[in-house]
Amino acid sequence: MVEQTDIRVVRCGGSKICFSTPILTNDSRFLICASGDSVKVFSTRTEECVHVLHGHANQVTGVALNPANHLQVYSCSLDGTVRLWDFIDGILIKTFTVGYKISSIYVSNKHIGVIFIILPMQSNENGEHFQLVAVRLPSALEQELEARELSAVLSDVSPVPACTAFGQGGDYIASAKGLQLCVYFFRKQKTYRFKLKATDKKGARNAFTCVACHPKDDCIATGHQDGKIRLWRNFNQKKEYTYSTQHWHHNAVSALCFSPEGMHLLSGGVESVLVQWHCKEVNKKNFLPRLGGAIAHICVSPDGQMYSTSHTNNKITIISSFRVSAVIQGLVKGGSVQTDLMIDPRTKALVLNGKPGHLQFYSLERDKQLYSLDIVQQEYIYQAGLDQFEVVKAALDGTASWLATVEQRGSKISSLEFSLKLWSFNEKAQSFELNTTITAPHQNMITAMCFSPAMDTTMLVTVAKDDQFKVWLLGSDLDEQKKQASWSCEHLGSYHGLQPTNCCFSGDGSLLAVSFAEVVTLWSPDTWELLTTLCQPPGTIEDLCFGRLSCSKYLLGTTTKNLLCWNLLTCALEWSTSMDVCVLRTDPLSENVAAFCHNSGKTDLFVFRPSEPRPLFTQKAVCVGRVQRCIFVPREDPLDSCDEWSQWLNRSRLHFLTEQMELLTFSTRAEDERILNSRKELLVDDSVAMTPFYLLLGKHRQQQQEKQTSVPSQAADRAQLPQGCVAIRELLHTPAHVLPPASFLCSVFLNSLLISNTGGRDEKELPEQEVDSEKEEVDSEEEMEMNNGPQGVRTQGSVGEAPPSLSRAEEKELRRLRKTDFSWVTSLTSS
Amino acid sequence: MGEFTVHRVRFFHYMPSAVRALAFQPQRQKIAVARTDGSLEILNRADHLFQEKVIPGREQRGTEALAWAGQRLFSAGLNGELVEYDMQELREKYRLDASGGPVWTLTCNPQGTRLAVGCEDGTVKLFEVCDDGIQFERNLAKQKGRILSLSWHPSGSRLVAGMAGVIWVFDAGTGQSVHRLLVERGTGAPRSKECVVWSVVCLSDGTIVSGDSSGNVKVWDGDTGTLIRNHQVTKWDVLALSVSQDETSLVAGTSEGTVVQFQHLSVVLGREDKEWVQTRTFKNHTHDVRAVLELDTAVVSGGMDTQLVVRPLLDKIDVKTSASALRKIHFPHRRLVSCSRTARLLLFQHRIHLELWRLGESEGTGDSLPIKRKPEKLLHLKTKGEEHICCSALSPCGGWVVVSTVTNLRLYRLQCDETISITKVSKLPKVVSSANQICFSSDSSYLFTASTCSSVHVLALSQSGCTFVCTLKPKSCKRTYNWPEFLVSASRTVGHCVLDLVIVCVQAYCTVPVYSSGVTAMSINPATNNLFMVHADQQIFEFSLEQKQYTDWSRLVHRKGLHPQWLERDTPVTNVTFSPRNPAHVILHDMYMFCIIDQTLPLPERNSQLVNQLTLRSLPEKERRAHSHAFKICKTFKELLFVELLEDQSLVVIERPLLDITAQLPPPVRQKKFAT
Repeated sequence: MVEQTDIRVVRCGGSKICFSTPILTNDSRFLICASGDSVKVFSTRTEECVHVLHGHANQVTGVALNPANHLQVYSCSLDGTVRLWDFIDGILIKTFTVGYKISSIYVSNKHIGVIFIILPMQSNENGEHFQLVAVRLPSALEQELEARELSAVLSDVSPVPACTAFGQGGDYIASAKGLQLCVYFFRKQKTYRFKLKATDKKGARNAFTCVACHPKDDCIATGHQDGKIRLWRNFNQKKEYTYSTQHWHHNAVSALCFSPEGMHLLSGGVESVLVQWHCKEVNKKNFLPRLGGAIAHICVSPDGQMYSTSHTNNKITIISSFRVSAVIQGLVKGGSVQTDLMIDPRTKALVLNGKPGHLQFYSLERDKQLYSLDIVQQEYIYQAGLDQFEVVKAALDGTASWLATVEQRGSKISSLEFSLKLWSFNEKAQSFELNTTITAPHQNMITAMCFSPAMDTTMLVTVAKDDQFKVWLLGSDLDEQKKQASWSCEHLGSYHGLQPTNCCFSGDGSLLAVSFAEVVTLWSPDTWELLTTLCQPPGTIEDLCFGRLSCSKYLLGTTTKNLLCWNLLTCALEWSTSMDVCVLRTDPLSENVAAFCHNSGKTDLFVFRPSEPRPLFTQKAVCVGRVQRCIFVPREDPLDSCDEWSQWLNRSRLHFLTEQMELLTFSTRAEDERILNSRKELLVDDSVAMTPFYLLLGKHRQQQQEKQTSVPSQAADRAQLPQGCVAIRELLHTPAHVLPPASFLCSVFLNSLLISNTGGRDEKELPEQEVDSEKEEVDSEEEMEMNNGPQGVRTQGSVGEAPPSLSRAEEKELRRLRKTDFSWVTSLTSS
Repeated sequence: MGEFTVHRVRFFHYMPSAVRALAFQPQRQKIAVARTDGSLEILNRADHLFQEKVIPGREQRGTEALAWAGQRLFSAGLNGELVEYDMQELREKYRLDASGGPVWTLTCNPQGTRLAVGCEDGTVKLFEVCDDGIQFERNLAKQKGRILSLSWHPSGSRLVAGMAGVIWVFDAGTGQSVHRLLVERGTGAPRSKECVVWSVVCLSDGTIVSGDSSGNVKVWDGDTGTLIRNHQVTKWDVLALSVSQDETSLVAGTSEGTVVQFQHLSVVLGREDKEWVQTRTFKNHTHDVRAVLELDTAVVSGGMDTQLVVRPLLDKIDVKTSASALRKIHFPHRRLVSCSRTARLLLFQHRIHLELWRLGESEGTGDSLPIKRKPEKLLHLKTKGEEHICCSALSPCGGWVVVSTVTNLRLYRLQCDETISITKVSKLPKVVSSANQICFSSDSSYLFTASTCSSVHVLALSQSGCTFVCTLKPKSCKRTYNWPEFLVSASRTVGHCVLDLVIVCVQAYCTVPVYSSGVTAMSINPATNNLFMVHADQQIFEFSLEQKQYTDWSRLVHRKGLHPQWLERDTPVTNVTFSPRNPAHVILHDMYMFCIIDQTLPLPERNSQLVNQLTLRSLPEKERRAHSHAFKICKTFKELLFVELLEDQSLVVIERPLLDITAQLPPPVRQKKFAT
């Protein structure tokens, strides 16, 4: 099964950008943060991702600016390497292999050439104890280096990056773990340890949560479990150390940071309020409230002008002059996604639970949250232990003109509050508007709901634990006041007092299947009569779905042990297999059905057609733990892979959410290469800000430059920039009083900007052809198969670019290839 | 120890008064505490903060400020008078009108030669401390408004005075003002409300620290008169400041009941330039902290909530001992209650009156007995004049009541059968004009009064009246220091000797060896004639009067040492009595527990449990004997003022819950609490 290696599971964005403390660059233009196994560079002004620095093979745990060069950044990862990047160009400069899982990185101006990292202690295997280690980075010129010169600084430290900080001038390093604060002085090579009591009579919880050091004074600020902040001084004494205590946070302080001049101390916690303490006047503090998520990290730019706060709901807020200036929002991943994954056909965005009480629309392509829809419309209170409204169910109808949501509060029946809301899409406002609110639509929790896919009616079916299913219809009569049709209950159905579990409409909306415990009932939506019941071996039906397109005569159901398939024409069980299916999903564009099966701690994927006994694709151990949700996302432009194993991915991609709330997808090799190629072309000179306008103009200029100089080089490229032009230089460098009048200079200046129309097209195309031929060598295999595919000839150029014109020789070659018979390939594949 | 019927008395409404001023005498480690009722207490810091001396106050005469000048103690109050106290006689030596209206503040220069007095009329008056009194020296330049706080520069050349809205720096030599520091109102304070400088401290490097009513502690440069740092400590007032001897630490007491510590620290480690940095906050008070003292290793604070808190600074203490624990002093270290065992009467001593109560009776059995007869208040005896009661006593037979102020002693004959009648014994001998301690002999036939010059007067009581018998004076001058407790014991000692040995003797019978710590309670066992003493360091001695030496039991106790938990207790034993049935049972109590020492049982082992009554109860009968030891401690009753065993083996326990005291205090300043 060589082909199987073609398809691999990849992270598809949505990874945490709030995992570790980000850094703001010296000029405050970029924010660099770890995101999954890559490092992302965001522009602080436009909120756009400027670069993604790929290279690490595991979670990136920390980033730090190179103290020797402020245009370079170190990143450390659990894969045991420290990498040095140029974040302006997005280039990997060096890789230092350490060989242990690195959980954080610290640098200091005083220790150039040395980085401090936290590693697990060698003595223990289960990784409970960690140590702080100084690593001298080898200064050899090679790109890949082994950094083996380790020396332990502190043992038994906390692996949490916020619990360690460099002190004033890099003279000492402070680290807190549990109830102990250690301060290590490099010059004296002496460690001072200060212990706190776990609790006192007043119920204080004194465990340390974070540490920050004053940049100018010898003062260490520590955050504590009960929300206190202690400011330690005189800590080079065993006994006569002293601290003062400040208390504002009512819950643990999760982040602390001093401003670079040491005037302010910033703190944050679960309250989602940024508190700015004045170091000189202790009782004075400013607040920046309602940041919309518990603060996990705080970072200050080196000039102190800009702050950034990372929030646990995968958001980075950029704050300048103590006002929110920009928000970088990743995919919000709370504790669990209770709603199913959906695709908004209009924006092609993934719809799922966002911030508490919201639905988020997340663009998978741009890896960015498009917007967030407030469903609950109540202020969320950031406090532990409160029972607040949550969106538990959501459904979109086929054209995405209606959205149904269920919000719920309370887990016990006595205190259960829930309501069904129906939202209509307003074309003018381009957003959903609340149409109908139904409080307490059922006696008990709603377990499933779905819209009818039929075009002529808008119909919603809800299934609840009160042994009933209800059918809701959009009323035809307009409400007098609102001038709008509203929804009402049309039909109420039940079956022998059994508890319904799931419901599903057939592809054309002519059949409704509702599963009642072990029985599947089929109803006609027109007359609401019970057509038939399908029974099967014991086990409550959990999931139900109809086959699509040519397989629409099949109904699939899952129990905890079996996957079942009924034939609706014969009303009999067609086949059943024994497997623990956790998620079952059909592809709306093909007959394919994906089933994730939980098997001894891991999840396997089977893709099959209900009509065929053999699965199209199987992959064992897709991920650890149960898969929570999955969805087929239609592709913008379909793939043309003819490979049997990857064919099911041609029309749509399969995304799934794991137990760790990671959004994963499957990628074929062809796709990988396409991405790689497109990345190559995006490497542009960055001396100018990267704007769409620049992409247009810059490319043009590059071509021109290539035409002028036969040897393309960076230096020549720079000379082409406006500053380099003779006319402009003259304009800029001549004193103003000796310059001729502006009207005279104007034409000269404009002429210098114009591009002279010289040179032939062939000459210009030359370098690109070379690139293309390289590509063709790589892609030759696929291209051969592609010719046989249904889509005909397609070039493998990057997206959004005009297909490169081919040279005559190549065209000839292509024509020759097209004529040759490849029928032997089909015989091979069918066998 | 058996079961007792307990009279749980809660009708003694004892109310201590608020602490107004504190002063520390470093040579002899004495802390002087002035309360708002004018009374003065001297605590010995070297001796477990034992309250050695109490000088009662007077009505309408509150103390505002205290100052030690060497060994001499001065106070001043709003009646405009300066008072010097006689530490031997425990009374005022003399009073002198400062003639500047009410006096708000008083300080003595570090050399102990000059007193500076801040008056209502805006003058700072300097008095010279002479051998036999004080003499007015000069006025400093008169200012508008009252002088509220004063501080001497450690060299004695400068004087800093705090007023409303302004701080003046005076040259003590010329009397002219050197600087005028304007203190701004806090932001948001109303314009009419001026910022009052409640406290100033002048440091040796010229730095001036001020605490004011807008809640700021300001650090000024005294040479240039500029503000260096401002610390907003509270929203309310900063009332008191105190700096340590080495000037590295400063504490401020606030209206919120917090004590805030500032430390003189170098901002960058290892560098010389230092700054005052706010460090710790201690919250031990519920009300205003009116007075603080920084004693290098501890912070003493007192205020409106009447308690005195000694908070150790653990970073300055090398070895943790019981002395380094947080201490709160609520009750006086002496008896305010006397009890007649046979007549079941209780005499309560208040500030200016006495209350006589008869105990109630009960019947039946069970955990809480139904009351047959309610306790009854028989008498409310007010003293004449403005002076507060110094001491009082009720005779064991219940027939005599004696009460003494600083200048006046009265004896009453009491008859309480069905009706109460009280008659004052009119003709008292002239010598017995006042007493520091009073005691009756156990058959109520003699009265012993301890008075000035360490002398004890003996009076014989009879139906017709009283006659003066003799005066006992210690022969040698070795022990002339004037512990009231000692005098009580002395009087008792001799009294019993009189009874038992039938010696009408005018000479001291014997001398108990001197111990370094003060006696907090002592009593003579009537059955064995052993003197039982408890000291401030919680040590216990028993001295046989017959053999004139320590008893075997006492020697055993000291050979073996007391249990560490016993030594760690922080309140002194204030009363010792004996069981009338079993002479080997000694009953003693402190504020948190009472204890019956059974001298027949073995002493507790060092590592065994000291408070073991509950565990003993759960053990079977046989093992109980093996585990029991001499100290039987009961902690059922809290905040004890007095414990006594009556004739019928019922126990009188007088409690004064601290919550009741707090409830009678005025409401504290309003503070925003989270989630209220």
